Amino acid sequence: MTEQVLHPPWQTIERQRIAMQFGMWTFLASEVLFFGAIFFFYTVARIYGGAGFIAGAHETELLYGTINTALLVTSSLTMTIGERAVGAGFATLARRMFAVTIALGIAFLAVKGWEYWSDITKHLVPGPGFKLDRVRGASQFWSFYWVVTVIHAGHLTIGLGAIARLLLIPRDLLARRATTAEGTSLYWHLVDVVWLFLYAMIYLAGRP
Amino acid sequence: MTRDERAAIIVRPLRIFAGLIALLVASFAYANLAGAPLKPMVNLSLAAAAASLVLLLFMQLKEAAGIVRMCAIIGVTWATFLWLFALADFFTR
Repeated sequence: MTEQVLHPPWQTIERQRIAMQFGMWTFLASEVLFFGAIFFFYTVARIYGGAGFIAGAHETELLYGTINTALLVTSSLTMTIGERAVGAGFATLARRMFAVTIALGIAFLAVKGWEYWSDITKHLVPGPGFKLDRVRGASQFWSFYWVVTVIHAGHLTIGLGAIARLLLIPRDLLARRATTAEGTSLYWHLVDVVWLFLYAMIYLAGRP
Repeated sequence: MTRDERAAIIVRPLRIFAGLIALLVASFAYANLAGAPLKPMVNLSLAAAAASLVLLLFMQLKEAAGIVRMCAIIGVTWATFLWLFALADFFTR
């Protein structure tokens, strides 16, 4: 393990690390509540929307959702290897893994953009001209879809910025910033965890 | 890189990744199995299993200090209160 920088007021590296984890998890707990409320809307809409809600879910593109899930899970792997490489002092490996993570994140957004284009051309945006406007509950599903996927993409974009920031740290100083890498990694993994549930709720829900 | 370092940095994360991909394949296959029973429950259970792998192993909650684990659990606990209280009416009718 490479020597890290000790910032005030912490007296030991271990204490500093726990403080970072505690602070980050406090933020992530607030994110759990944030997404929990949105997921709660899904539950209520699914209970009361019935077959119409599921009919809406049936219109989603399972292939795009599955590709994006594989991309995000792979990015979690590369982020983990990168973060652990930082802690062990392998700066070159860490920087490569962070670059691959960014590439996978951008690929996710590209697939999502492609999927959005497909959804728009199929008139799956609630409002005037909505394809399923006569199916009760379908617009609730698609409202959920647009809101939650855009919010998720926003979180992912913030994560990309945080990882890019790690790449701006000079190679010889990176090993001393292991807590920064760990905090960024925690955030990135939460974006992945949220998507794992969204995959089941959005893409798998409508399969007969 | 020593053998132990390779195991900690690369091999263990790769094993977790293999588990996540296996769960993804299982989710995809079950969802496409026409007429399979309890699909919503199975789909969400597989998602919860995959999320647990990420939370416990990638995010290292399994080895985290007690105060960190408590903080993580509190987020889920408060979200559970939201669901329990709000859905109490639905479940008790």
